Amino acid sequence: MLLIDCPYCGPRAEIEFAYGGEAHIARPAADVSEVEWSAFLYLRDNTKGVLAERWRHSHGCGRFFNALRDTRTDQFHAFYEIGTPRPDMGGAV
Amino acid sequence: MSGAFRLAGRGCIDTTRPVVFRFDGQMVRGYAGDTVASALLAEGRHLMGRSFKYHRPRGPVSAGSDEPNALIGVGEGGRYTPNLRATQVEIYGGMVAVSQNRAPSLRFDIGALNTLAAPLLPAGFYYKTFMWPRGFWDKVYEPLIRRAAGLGRAPTAPDPDHYALHYAHCDVLVAGGGPAGLAAALAAGQAGARVILCDENAECGGSLLTDTYSLIDGLPCGEWVVRIVAELQRLPNVQLLTRCSAFNYGPHNMVALNQRLTDHLAMPPTDMPRERIWQVRAREVVLAAGALERVLVFEGNDRPGIMLASAARTYLHRYGVACGRKAIVVTADDAAYRVALDLAEAGMKVAAIADLRPAPGGPLVEAARARGIEVLPATTIQRAHGHLRVTGAELAPVGADGTVGKGRTVSCDLVLMSGGFTPSLHLHSQARGALRFDDALGVYLPGESIERVRSAGSCRGVFALDDVLRDGVAAGLAAAGGETGPVWTVTRQDAPGTGGFAGVLPRRGPGHLALAFVDFQNDVTAKDVKLAVREGFRSIEHVKRYTTTGMATDQGKGSNVNALAIVSNVLGRRPEEIGLTTYRPPYTPVTFGAFAGHARGDQFDPLRLPPMDAWARAQGAVFEDVGLWRRARYFPRAGEDMAMAVARECRAVRAVAGIFDASTLGKIEVAGPDAAEFMNRFYVNAWTKLGVGKCRYGLVCRDSGFVYDDGVVGRIAADRFHVTTTTGGAAGVLNMMEDYLQTEWPDLDVWLTSITEQWAVIALQGPRARDILAPLVDGLDISAGAMPHMALREGTIGGVPMRLFRVSFTGELGYEINVPSSQAQAVWDRVWQAGAAFGLTPYGTEAMHVLRAEKGYLIVGQETDGTMTPGDVGCSWAVSKVKPDFIGKRALALPALNAPDRLQMVGVLTDDPRLVLEEGMQLVPAADSPMPMSAEGHVTSSYFSPALDRSIAIAMVKGGRGRMGTSLYAPSLDGPAVKVMLVDPVFYDPEGARLNG
Ligand SMILES: [Zn+2]
Repeated sequence: MLLIDCPYCGPRAEIEFAYGGEAHIARPAADVSEVEWSAFLYLRDNTKGVLAERWRHSHGCGRFFNALRDTRTDQFHAFYEIGTPRPDMGGAV
Repeated sequence: MSGAFRLAGRGCIDTTRPVVFRFDGQMVRGYAGDTVASALLAEGRHLMGRSFKYHRPRGPVSAGSDEPNALIGVGEGGRYTPNLRATQVEIYGGMVAVSQNRAPSLRFDIGALNTLAAPLLPAGFYYKTFMWPRGFWDKVYEPLIRRAAGLGRAPTAPDPDHYALHYAHCDVLVAGGGPAGLAAALAAGQAGARVILCDENAECGGSLLTDTYSLIDGLPCGEWVVRIVAELQRLPNVQLLTRCSAFNYGPHNMVALNQRLTDHLAMPPTDMPRERIWQVRAREVVLAAGALERVLVFEGNDRPGIMLASAARTYLHRYGVACGRKAIVVTADDAAYRVALDLAEAGMKVAAIADLRPAPGGPLVEAARARGIEVLPATTIQRAHGHLRVTGAELAPVGADGTVGKGRTVSCDLVLMSGGFTPSLHLHSQARGALRFDDALGVYLPGESIERVRSAGSCRGVFALDDVLRDGVAAGLAAAGGETGPVWTVTRQDAPGTGGFAGVLPRRGPGHLALAFVDFQNDVTAKDVKLAVREGFRSIEHVKRYTTTGMATDQGKGSNVNALAIVSNVLGRRPEEIGLTTYRPPYTPVTFGAFAGHARGDQFDPLRLPPMDAWARAQGAVFEDVGLWRRARYFPRAGEDMAMAVARECRAVRAVAGIFDASTLGKIEVAGPDAAEFMNRFYVNAWTKLGVGKCRYGLVCRDSGFVYDDGVVGRIAADRFHVTTTTGGAAGVLNMMEDYLQTEWPDLDVWLTSITEQWAVIALQGPRARDILAPLVDGLDISAGAMPHMALREGTIGGVPMRLFRVSFTGELGYEINVPSSQAQAVWDRVWQAGAAFGLTPYGTEAMHVLRAEKGYLIVGQETDGTMTPGDVGCSWAVSKVKPDFIGKRALALPALNAPDRLQMVGVLTDDPRLVLEEGMQLVPAADSPMPMSAEGHVTSSYFSPALDRSIAIAMVKGGRGRMGTSLYAPSLDGPAVKVMLVDPVFYDPEGARLNG
């Protein structure tokens, strides 16, 4: 079970959280093309490596936040608030 | 002393406490401290089980958790547990144990005829043999495989024990209580860290418990262990857990332990759990898992009486048991010489030591020779003789070129084998730690890990006792951040063995028919592994699956390295080029009860009870589970079955009035300056123009355009909405609202609050509903003019605050009386009393479903399946045409979501009005179309309608709205296809006159 460091509550066990899929997928305006809309709905990177993803502390503070997790190892590299840019990990990851 | 093979004055068993138990119906005498295996061995008995595929007679190979052969069932009735390792099961008075996989008896087994058929049961046998003819699968092959598969039989009675789950945190978790683990735990504990030390055995000590040679600080190893354990117990920051296996190493240093609390007790306290799962989150982990001796692969290596050399040493020193009278030792490692010396010292005869190495030397070899034991260098074991017990073995010379010459047969009743020691990498590997092949040791060792973990002692290839203790201290200090730790001096020890062997022993002749076992538990032979490689399997993972080697309950503890070496030899590639199979949890089997823990019976799931649950029970309601809720399904009167009760309840609602506990409806309050804007963006409907005091049916789509949920929404104030959702959708809708509010529209000033539990809902439905309710609402005018359909009023009912919705899910004049849950029963009672004179009738969820189906009202999740648009279910009218955006808007404009042949919601009538279709039936164009045919749609709801006195159904049909009046057929499993006609889904009062009454 992962240990997730909620930016608002601190480290808690994974059972308190709900996974929210890939982060930084901007919802397009309603007048985009069909192709763009379908891409927004269904196309994801399926990253092998460091993935920016959303979590919700659903059995805690209820807040959504973003995390950088390496999908190969499950290790987290950063937790950050919704609306802030993906942290630059430099050459590390 | 009981047991002909028990040696007086040896072992750690308590000979003052005899213990009698039964094995296969026979009384066996042992002592407190014995395992089933040691007690049976003390009687000279090695035969303890039959193998999985060939039903070969088998005895214990090991003395611990790596045992592949001696699997037994223990206990009776619901307490029967199959597949326990006799080498670990501690005996108690009255224990009932049985052998497995034998019929009729262990000594004579019909299934053993499989051995004769062994040439017909090669690797991949299941894949090859059962392929043809196809028709044989269901009737012949599958029952056959099912009967043969598995090991012991599963108990059928409910498990009477209870099991516990415990979460724990610590600074340092030490897995394994041998010399490295004890040293690490003490070093970390003395440094002040919170330490948990677990060991799978009844006592800590590991290899030290059977080492009668080494001395630590001048003390025999056993005394040193007692001293260290006492020191650990004195430390308040150290927790010692015995009979406790670390079986799963999950991400972020979460390690699961399985603690067995009562299995060794004759009379366990009734309030004590049988087992406890510990979920330990450790800041640092020290793995001190030790190393396992490898079996040797030669013809007949599975005969009872053939075991690991270290096991014989354990039985001698732990249990005072001689495993035989005359032993042959076959080894490629020095450690077996120490065993031979111990055995000889205890009075057993060691007929010979066959050493695979060309020129074994060193102090241990010399000591054996000095003791008069014949040492045969460059010697292999060609085959073992015997059936139910080994009777002898042919020892044959291996030439410099590897060829095996003619040997001589030596009689014996015990063959001890040692292929060297394999570090236990299971936990390290479960945590996705890398492995590296060590050329000098010829084994894999732990490499880098992403976890905060370190291995210590023999599990990382450190074998000399003084090195092991130092390694343990270093690991404990590093984990705890300590500076200095305890120092011990090993004053006498054996040098660690060199050599070792993996793969098939050299033999003379091709051995086409030889059964030399690699995996004892799954009956996989060396030939099977070779055959798999010859047939083209190259990846060790594929060889594993094809041959099933390493896939038994012992997880290949003794077999994986040999299988790897065989593949390596056949392919002519180095072992590290081939790799190891992935280690998977659990390290040792864990009972299902332990995994279930507290989550069984009433505690399997939380039970949610609506406020009027007690009242419904008092009325004799029949209940159904709806998600976690328990809801009254119908209220039968004397002599009524469900159909009669539901029909009466439906008629009462249509004729007079019914009362229904609708409290399970999900309820969310949406409040704030931007509440209306939020609602506009979230729902497909428009909300800006909805006045205060009014409500509206709301529909939620996902951004995919598919219907997600629905419910009535009332506007309490300009900045406050009372939203209802489906019973099952409440949590999901709130989560989705939070998601969009927090991540897409953080600009909106809105608060979302679940109010499902706060507001109870009393639905009062029927033509007399207003007459019943009007006198109760403290002067509120609820006349048709003052409070029309879809109006919302706040007020009080008998002084209790109330949000009164005039809404209907029945098609009748109706109200949903929202009151605080804490006062709901009192309000219900008042309505109930007021309605008595009218004939007010309680109704349940079943009548609710029938009444709504008569009106063609949608139930999200029944008509919809996550691929239905609002248009598909006849709700296009709800979708705003003017809003610039809402969730689902863009997708609803996609051509595919507007295709004319989409499934559309229609009504369905059977020709026979008494015939009620099955929900889920497929609808096809013709009664006798040949199979396979594609469906035009399917039935989603089907009932007998009391109002229409006939069956009705709702279906989703391709282009259904354009096919009204045409027919389809519903193929039936047990009769001719049923002809149905497509009609409008509103069966009752299509004008809606009753609703607005
Ligand atoms: Zn939080």
